[in-house]
Amino acid sequence: MSRDLILRVIGKLLIPFILLFAVYVQFHGDFGPGGGFQAGVILAAAIVFYALIFGLENARQVVPDWLVETMLACGVLIYAGVGLAGIFLGGNYLDYFVLDHDAIHGQHRGIFWVEVGVAVTVSGVMLKIFYMFASRGNLNGPEDY
Amino acid sequence: MSEALNVLSGLCLVAGSFFSLVGAFGLIRMPDFYTRMHAASVTDTLGAGLILLGLMLQAGLTLVTVKLIMVGLLIFVASPTASHALARAALLRGVSPRLADQGEPSSKP
Repeated sequence: MSRDLILRVIGKLLIPFILLFAVYVQFHGDFGPGGGFQAGVILAAAIVFYALIFGLENARQVVPDWLVETMLACGVLIYAGVGLAGIFLGGNYLDYFVLDHDAIHGQHRGIFWVEVGVAVTVSGVMLKIFYMFASRGNLNGPEDY
Repeated sequence: MSEALNVLSGLCLVAGSFFSLVGAFGLIRMPDFYTRMHAASVTDTLGAGLILLGLMLQAGLTLVTVKLIMVGLLIFVASPTASHALARAALLRGVSPRLADQGEPSSKP
């Protein structure tokens, strides 16, 4: 385990803060630069960083393939679910104003869940693309990574 | 007082930009991989450090300064690590440093 000692130490030091920064960008998106897309990319970047240092196999144990593929679908489902919730509560598709007792709170709640959906899908797609490239397409075959 | 701070932060920003520019020239003009990396490290330490210091002087004691200090800490940790990984990968791949010929004072072409 003494290979890449410096990278391992710095990686362990930095990855929690990268994840924390992703959460900050996600929830600060209302007030400043940020939002679901950026947060998803930063979240995926933390896992990519982990995979570069500790190897692809370890990363695929942390974030397994079934989770990545579930994230791909779930984000879109959350996004579409917000839209359908608007219809069920008596508005149009993706109508935020009817989601809470008044328009401003409803808009806040709608944007929050839409951004959650975007973040989940984007980080799933980024990780899926990275896994495909890193294992050169044979996700089930033997690895020489 | 605020005038002095403005001048000081302006000096820091100009000096930081100058060092970044020098680093960029070095990155293009240096003869081999390792010296280029060495030139680029000037950009990370002096350039980014001085620019951050100038911005901190502009911001005063606010939340922005705390964020700038965090950016500084990130650069402080991440940039030597990146340089280390780059140099180590190059060395393991067999990129050898360009050395001066016998009797030549410099390795420059």
